[in-house]
Amino acid sequence: MTDLNIITLVSVGAHPTSGRARRAEQDARAVELGLRLAGERLQLLHAGDPREETLRAYLGMGLGEMAVLEQPPGADALPVLADYLRHAGAQLVLTGSQAETGEGSGMLPFLLAEQLGWPLVVGLAEVEKIEKGQAQVLQALPRGQRRRLKVRLPFIASVDNAAPAARQSAFGPARRGQLQASEVAIVDDSLLAEAQLQAARPRPKRLKVIKAKTGAERMKAATAKASGGGGQVLKDVSAQAGAEAIFKLLVEEGVLR
Amino acid sequence: MLNTLLPILLFAALGLAVLGAGKRFLMWRRGRPAKVDWLGGLLAMPRRYLVDLHHVVERDKYMSRTHVATAGGFVLAALLAIVVHGFGLHNRILGFALLGACVLMFVGALFVAKRRRNPPARLSKGPWNRLPKSLLMFSVSFFIATLPVAGVLPADFGGWMLAAVLAVGVAWGVSELFFGMTWGGPMKHAFAGALHLAWHRRSERFGGGRSTGLKALDLDDRQAPLGVEKPTDFTWNQLLGFDACVQCGKCEAACPAFAAGQPLNPKKLIQDMVVGLAGGSDAKFAGSPYPGKAIGEHSGGPHLPIVNLGGKALVDAETLWSCTTCRACVEECPMMIEHVDAIVDMRRHLTLEKGATPNKGAEVLDNLIATDNPGGFAPGGRLNWAADLDLPLMSEKKSVDVLFWVGDGAFDMRNQRTLRAFVKVLKAANVDFAVLGLEERDSGDVARRLGDEATFQALAKRNIASMSQYRFNKIVSCDPHSFHVLKNEYGELGGHYQVLHHSTYMDELIGAEKLNLGQHKGGSVTYHDPCYLGRYNGEYEAPRAVLKAIGIEVKEMERSGFRSRCCGGGGGAPITDIPGKQRIPDMRMVDIQQTGAELVAVGCPQCTAMLEGVVEPRPQIKDIAELVADVLLEAPAPAKKPVPAKPEALEVH
Repeated sequence: MTDLNIITLVSVGAHPTSGRARRAEQDARAVELGLRLAGERLQLLHAGDPREETLRAYLGMGLGEMAVLEQPPGADALPVLADYLRHAGAQLVLTGSQAETGEGSGMLPFLLAEQLGWPLVVGLAEVEKIEKGQAQVLQALPRGQRRRLKVRLPFIASVDNAAPAARQSAFGPARRGQLQASEVAIVDDSLLAEAQLQAARPRPKRLKVIKAKTGAERMKAATAKASGGGGQVLKDVSAQAGAEAIFKLLVEEGVLR
Repeated sequence: MLNTLLPILLFAALGLAVLGAGKRFLMWRRGRPAKVDWLGGLLAMPRRYLVDLHHVVERDKYMSRTHVATAGGFVLAALLAIVVHGFGLHNRILGFALLGACVLMFVGALFVAKRRRNPPARLSKGPWNRLPKSLLMFSVSFFIATLPVAGVLPADFGGWMLAAVLAVGVAWGVSELFFGMTWGGPMKHAFAGALHLAWHRRSERFGGGRSTGLKALDLDDRQAPLGVEKPTDFTWNQLLGFDACVQCGKCEAACPAFAAGQPLNPKKLIQDMVVGLAGGSDAKFAGSPYPGKAIGEHSGGPHLPIVNLGGKALVDAETLWSCTTCRACVEECPMMIEHVDAIVDMRRHLTLEKGATPNKGAEVLDNLIATDNPGGFAPGGRLNWAADLDLPLMSEKKSVDVLFWVGDGAFDMRNQRTLRAFVKVLKAANVDFAVLGLEERDSGDVARRLGDEATFQALAKRNIASMSQYRFNKIVSCDPHSFHVLKNEYGELGGHYQVLHHSTYMDELIGAEKLNLGQHKGGSVTYHDPCYLGRYNGEYEAPRAVLKAIGIEVKEMERSGFRSRCCGGGGGAPITDIPGKQRIPDMRMVDIQQTGAELVAVGCPQCTAMLEGVVEPRPQIKDIAELVADVLLEAPAPAKKPVPAKPEALEVH
């Protein structure tokens, strides 16, 4: 455990089958990661309604209090969070990758990092060590791969399901914990106000045709990496050449027109 | 010389006994307050002892006769000795009476000694092996010392030598039997046991009553601890109850978890609570250990946590989670100790305060909170099993005779067969019934046994609110766990219902000739009593009567009725899944196979699941509802009286 000043951002989640409010799966994992790093000194931060009882599920993991920046639904959480974090002296901010309710765009960690000018690590799986203002962390990649990164403090990290599973939330500490509301300037989310929300359509899935004839082939097909096929590795090229290659790819893929 | 020495010895021992009693009483009173009927309890105690307790002891004839002789002889001898030798009332008649009492006690003590020669593993050794010697010493010493009083021998017979020997014998005897009683010797069971009977936390159990529902935590009282962390968090009369243990090990012999090699022994658990009550280590425990756990490594005290999740304290958490709450220990206990209450109390602390429900526990509790069922299935699918049955809903009918409580088996494909069979029976009998449908939620049984009282109460209150909208005469359920909870545990939260298990209800239907039944075809059948139907609710007859009505003669297992062995599925045990040497359902299947039956009739979704989990070849498992539905004859036109089945098939007891 370190003497790190860690803040975990938490939101109100929704259960996938019942839709009932609960602690969000990824946020709870972010809390778990924070608890393993900082123990009871971990700070929790939520922007929203301080009377929301569901938030207590995070306190039930063994924390005494949570700071809540009081906001009506539909207000923009980003500026108040950024403002709070800038003054809180946090060295590590943990979040889930994507909220289970609201917009759930998954953009918050990126926008926060941009506003604060901090590095962002997505898919944080483990913090190995922290010394001299630098953290050595493991980032989760698909198929169980891990990438070791060195990041300077302070930084933001989002966690997904590669992070350790959240501990059980207990009724006693959840009930005793305090939701400390603080008033903040309310910033309307103009985009949300104008934009129209529509239900997501399930993406069609490609049918998997198994051509394998032997068990070994089936095993290979089941475990093989999804290969992109094309692509190239550029090494020791000038910045100019690298930028041109990236630009060419973006045009090819239709990202830039 | 004896005439001066005996009163001194007697009164010194009595004085020490009174001192010890006071000390012990204060130890119990360290527990939390509990409402007891102080005087009424004491007055009722002799009857509870001589009738209720004796009924339990009487199951072992050898021991009950031995105990009557020893204890009866001792009580008589002690009272007379105080009069004769203590107060020096040297009356010949009293002398002969005392001699008689001593002989009675001596004979009893001989049988105690005999049982101790090759004691079964369940009995504790150590000081308990000393007890028969002390009993013999007491009776023999007082017998000889009383001979002169009765005029059989001259007053100064034997001289100094005999007097000295007798003084030593009497001193030994009264040490064990008078003040040993209150200072923690084996005879403590008599002193604590008597008071435990007087101030028992479930006084309804006496006089043939039954009290099996867990007691609710008052969640509104923020000062009250959530469950039991340290011994003083028990109510004081629970602590007293632990002290009453006589270490006979009947619980150990009946415990399915102990037999499966899981780290639980109910006797040791109670003794550990006694260690916690007085402070110290378990090194002096002279019985079987928790399987796989050495004795002498655990210790505790009244104000120390019982469980240390990071290391060792008084009891390890996995010991508490091994229990299936089958109540076999409570049923066997001659001192009427409530083991299951204590275990659930300690589980409550682990779950509600520590968030330490092991294995799948946390997931199941989260599911119950978020989806009202332990599997985390979408709540909207609760009635999918009956999509084609056109079941009447309470929300449409508002008022019916029978509310059919479906239970969480609705999500389990195996149990759906049982449910569908029972619906077939209900329809065949033209029962006016309905289901709550999507308004039904998990009864809260599993949450409660896993210690999550908060989730239990939340579920229970919502179920009670759903049911309060409608009118019905009775609830019928195919699940003994729901049945028990609805019947015995919702009352404290404001839900009072008449609840029947489906076997009881089918028995009623058959008795009222509402069902047109054929005869069971197929091989021999045995019946497995579910704990929550049998021991918890005393229903042993109805399932057997139903089976008899369809022409089945039950081949009883050795352990059936109130001695039925648990299937291993209760108390959340399959969820916490504490490893042992073998699986409880496998042991039960051996019991079943020993009867040679080709089919085992069950009445509980848990039992069905656990027993079907045993690898084949094994007997088939069928719910009673399935067996009845299988032999339903198509109802004839309602105008003419149904052709009566064979008369003996309709006999119901």
